[in-house]
Amino acid sequence: MISMEILVASGLGLVTAAGVYLLLRGRTFPVVLGLTLIGYAVNVFIFVMGRLWSNANPLLIGEGAVADPLPQALVLTAIVIGFATTGFVIELALRSRHENGSDHVDGREPQGGEGVR
Amino acid sequence: MNMLLDLWWQHGPVLAVVLPSLTAVLLLLIGDDGGMAAQGGQHETGRLRWRRRVALSSALLGLLMAVGMVWRASQGDLLAYRLGEWPAPFGIVLVLDRLSALMVLLTYLVAVPVLWYACGGWDARGRYFHAIFQFQLMGLCGAFLTGDLFNLFVFFEVLLIASYVLLLHGQGRERFRMGLHYVVLNLTASGLFLIGLAMLYAVTGTLNMSDMAQRVAQLTGESALLARSAALVLLVVFGLKAALVPLYFWLPGTYAAASAPVAALFAIMTKVGVYSIIRTHWVIFGTEAGEAALAVADWLLPAALTTSALGVLGALAAHTLGRLVAYLTVSSVGTLMAAVGLFTPETLSAALYYTLHSTLVVAGLFLLVEQMAAQRGETGDHLRPAHAVREPVLLGLMMLFGAASAAGLPPLPGFLGKLMLLQSSHGLAAQPWLWTVVLGVGFLTIVGLARAGVIVFWHVQPAPGGGAVSGGSAQLLSATWAFMVLTVALAVLAEPVKDYTDQTAAQLGDRTAYQRAVLGDLGSSTRPYNGDR
Repeated sequence: MISMEILVASGLGLVTAAGVYLLLRGRTFPVVLGLTLIGYAVNVFIFVMGRLWSNANPLLIGEGAVADPLPQALVLTAIVIGFATTGFVIELALRSRHENGSDHVDGREPQGGEGVR
Repeated sequence: MNMLLDLWWQHGPVLAVVLPSLTAVLLLLIGDDGGMAAQGGQHETGRLRWRRRVALSSALLGLLMAVGMVWRASQGDLLAYRLGEWPAPFGIVLVLDRLSALMVLLTYLVAVPVLWYACGGWDARGRYFHAIFQFQLMGLCGAFLTGDLFNLFVFFEVLLIASYVLLLHGQGRERFRMGLHYVVLNLTASGLFLIGLAMLYAVTGTLNMSDMAQRVAQLTGESALLARSAALVLLVVFGLKAALVPLYFWLPGTYAAASAPVAALFAIMTKVGVYSIIRTHWVIFGTEAGEAALAVADWLLPAALTTSALGVLGALAAHTLGRLVAYLTVSSVGTLMAAVGLFTPETLSAALYYTLHSTLVVAGLFLLVEQMAAQRGETGDHLRPAHAVREPVLLGLMMLFGAASAAGLPPLPGFLGKLMLLQSSHGLAAQPWLWTVVLGVGFLTIVGLARAGVIVFWHVQPAPGGGAVSGGSAQLLSATWAFMVLTVALAVLAEPVKDYTDQTAAQLGDRTAYQRAVLGDLGSSTRPYNGDR
């Protein structure tokens, strides 16, 4: 039987790997997507660091086993900040595309065409 | 008046955060039409004047409060401010100790002249400069004062978001290009910060730095290994902010692209990384941290020495003055991180003194470079022969002064700072390395700056068609002079300042006092966080 921990950990690893791959692309759109994926992975990671509980009560009830509420609060904060910064980076990418006439992260089309996406 | 003083006495630390944020809100309310109405609106110039007044008086008040905080901290006691009266480690605390007070003061010492400089025209070249500037100050003060690791992350985000916007101030293609790199890099680093933080939370179950320091020391086996890896992840994050090898490549281009006042303000941004490294790797992973002790010591010193050497090589190869100064920033960060990386109180004290000096000198040089560039017509800050600057004597003297100070020639504080570094490393295993790098870097800094000075001031071509370029305005010059005066003051006041940094290093080493101040007697009664029900 596969434990919950292994499932979550490998899922996180997969999402992070995809995020890193996209982050290393040359165009701003995949880069933004990569940042978003990494952000998701990080958020779930924080959540999981409070341990994976099953059948635990919320803190409110306060009897028996309770799930750690702090990571949940941290995740909320991280989500809000991540959302704001993603909005900013999208706007910046659009503006950079407009100013430089290219959506490449370096602001200009790479020389030598082949294999550069 | 007494009431105000009482208020400050009780709520000092949080006021340092609240003041800039309220000012920023007020500035937003005053409004900013930016370039649109600047052409002719009487109304707009009036509002611009008000924005300047509000921003400057708030920064001056902040400076006053920062001086007050240093005075309070120098009395020797730690002040823990519990937000919302929640007991630490459950609530967030702001901790005013010598180090935070010193860094807040340094922030304002940089911010006030920079703001004065920006009021000389830069603030009207884009929208909401003053409001964003205040948000930046809020983030900086918050990051320096907080005693909670997650809160540190939040303030990092505040100061980063403000810095993204400030970097783009004035716009232009190069700024958008470098801005995109800067933003993406820092967002990635923020992700890593959260990962390191979450790992630390997983093994300690706390985010309060003081509580965490105590719990990390009790970790054994796998948990200690996890804590060590978290320490290394955090080193990457803070290393990116501080521009350590191999994470410094973003800095020269970014700082050179930023407008002069913003680049000068950013001189303090690298120090946020340095501060965070001192906070986490001294207080949490210091020598007393059990199995996780000195997790980063093997990496920090070599990385720092390499940074210092590569930074100065970059300065030698730089083809614009802006990049030259930016590389000197990298190099100075490397030097002071090397001293931090030796992990003795003496070297830390010297590093703190050198931090003060290098921040002020670099900020002053960024402002000076822009004025030289403005007087060289189209050549700008490119290092190639052009017609003479309008005021060669004045600017040349300032350049000489800045260069001598950056390189560490006596009797300027750069010399004192480096001397302290060299002395404090006496007898340590890494002494030959540190001495070689620091002295070599000092020499190469002189070469690099002398080369720049020779090209700018002596390789002069006749001006094409009557000098249309005007001299520097008194306001801009006075802001630059302010930095020069501050560095001289640092040399004159070397003894009290060194006393202060000595005691700062001692205070950072005294973990029990820190824990008593922050946690009270609650101390070690809480059970370990290992997932047991």
